[in-house]
Amino acid sequence: MKLALAGISHHRAPVELRERVAIDLASAGTLARELAERDGEGCEAVVLSTCNRTELYLARPDDEALPERADCALLALAGDEGAALAPVTYRLADESAALHLFRVAAGLDSMVPGEGEILGQVRDAFEAGAPGPLLDRTFRMALHAGRRARVETAIGESPSSVPAAAAALAEQVFDGLAGRRVVLVGAGRTSELTARNLRSRGAVVSAIVNRSVERAERLAESLGATVLSLDEIAAAVAEADVVVASTSAPGFVLRSDELVATLRARRGRPLLFVDLAVPRDVDPALASIDGCFVYDVDDLEAVVAASLEGRRSEAVHAERIVAAEAERFAAWQASLAVVPAIASLRARAEEIRAAELERLEPRLERLSEGERAAVETVTAQIVNKLLHLPTVRLKEAAITPDGLIYADAVRHLFGLEEEGEGA
Amino acid sequence: MAELLVWPALIAYGEAAFAYAGELRGHGRYGRLGIWGVRIGWLAQTGLLVAQALSMDGFPWGTWAGALNFLAWLVVSGYLIWGCRPRYRLMGLAVMPVAVGLLALAWVGGGTGVDHADEGGWVLAGHAVLILAAFACFTVAAGAALLYLYEERRLKRRDTGVLRLRLPSLEALDRLAGRVMPVGLALLSVGIVAGLTQLESGDYDATMAVTVVVWVVNTVALVLRREAGLRGRRYAWAVLLGFALVAVVLPVTHFAS
Repeated sequence: MKLALAGISHHRAPVELRERVAIDLASAGTLARELAERDGEGCEAVVLSTCNRTELYLARPDDEALPERADCALLALAGDEGAALAPVTYRLADESAALHLFRVAAGLDSMVPGEGEILGQVRDAFEAGAPGPLLDRTFRMALHAGRRARVETAIGESPSSVPAAAAALAEQVFDGLAGRRVVLVGAGRTSELTARNLRSRGAVVSAIVNRSVERAERLAESLGATVLSLDEIAAAVAEADVVVASTSAPGFVLRSDELVATLRARRGRPLLFVDLAVPRDVDPALASIDGCFVYDVDDLEAVVAASLEGRRSEAVHAERIVAAEAERFAAWQASLAVVPAIASLRARAEEIRAAELERLEPRLERLSEGERAAVETVTAQIVNKLLHLPTVRLKEAAITPDGLIYADAVRHLFGLEEEGEGA
Repeated sequence: MAELLVWPALIAYGEAAFAYAGELRGHGRYGRLGIWGVRIGWLAQTGLLVAQALSMDGFPWGTWAGALNFLAWLVVSGYLIWGCRPRYRLMGLAVMPVAVGLLALAWVGGGTGVDHADEGGWVLAGHAVLILAAFACFTVAAGAALLYLYEERRLKRRDTGVLRLRLPSLEALDRLAGRVMPVGLALLSVGIVAGLTQLESGDYDATMAVTVVVWVVNTVALVLRREAGLRGRRYAWAVLLGFALVAVVLPVTHFAS
């Protein structure tokens, strides 16, 4: 059974090339089924298409031209522009293809190592595709490798953007963000992104304080918040858990001397200030008040940089996990080569057992039903015990270079080939 | 032979303490080693305590050293309730060295043997168990408080690695300390009452005085938490003050007896 992969990804192809072969999940499923049907019985196909890559995985018994077929199918997606893609596509086969898929599932092939979406995208592609025995096993092992990489390392834990870092910091202060009140000071794009990130984790945007009421109202409508004027800022802060500031004001909008009384009245109840503005909106002196934490844009970017560095160092551990899983896959695939020999051996043994029992049938007639059943069981057990060790040894040998020699030796010793030929 | 169980317990707790220190450098692997050390050590120490209980007629942990042995077990048991969760594992950084220290002292003082028993009767035994369980609660609460102060300091200083080594949130740590303290205080109150019923006139000592001070400090902290909203850093310091007194009570128990 051969496995082949043809693909195009962000490593070698810019978005203007990738977009020519990008397809949605439903189309990927349809294409996979078409490919599997077109190439006849025993052909399997899965198509993985994300914003960073489009990859076709094909499997078929003993088809040496499979990588070329996969490549042609990929280029065909781009229609007349396929030729432009040819220099940036890649083709892999068997263990290399499996290892690549394992790395993709673990997020090791992503732009941001360990990004969280790819594992779900691989699962969706697998479920939408047309896998058979080989691709089913390969994708299941890839999903397992991806899960292991995330569970056993911290590759996917740290935030990779400023809004995500702000939300993650809020989660270090509060025990979950469900129901936490967020106040936006300024209605810029960055604060909106941060607010949406906080909302996705359960927080509630309670108020938006902005000079331009019109823009604030538009944003408030989409976030379900109320609009307040700058005069009401202290009242808004008094009730808030997280304050996200990003105005274009030339000086501090949230000043320590104006807010100190409000903040002291909170009696240490935590409050996180996320200052995304340059020049800064939040007076850093607020951090000296009990329960107040102030992060400006430099702090957040430093946190993101440290997180990415951490992801890269965790990627080393994740690579080891993926390599171990790829080895398991290789062993499994190698064992497939000896499966026919094992099946023939067992069939031959069962045939002999059945023939001997039939030969002794006149003598066995005198036995009761129970005694006959016992004879059946005992003979079957003898055959199984005799064949157990050779079966195990054959499977073990399969992953070594001598694996096929062992299989041939078994066929020769037990005359399996001659019988098969005779039949 | 059973007293030899102290060694696997001590080694496993020590391994856990070192592993938690390693967890500060890298996520996950050291923490898992740590939690397995705690589990194995706890099983070994449980075996030791069972052996002690079965082989003695009286209360096996009535001496100061025996009390330390039992206290170490209670502390680790309390930690195991939370410590198995990945984000709470680092509490072991505060708790496991204490457990190692307590068990080592217990061994030095002969509290891990199986041939000494206190003949004080069951009420006094109950008194000792309750007081020790209360102290174990205070130790776990102190672990949470220490972690709170460490995490708060990192957030205040805008430590760039704050998201690489994830600890429980400040609120979670504050709540943990706030929940464990009343349990400890209730156990301490009942333990003191049990002790008072066995008290004969003129039998007062420094240990009792410090125990009462521990009770007063923790009660005041809890009342302030409920009535005046004492939370966060101030509550953490109050918990640590209560624990510091506990750390005083045990040596006093030894030197006064």
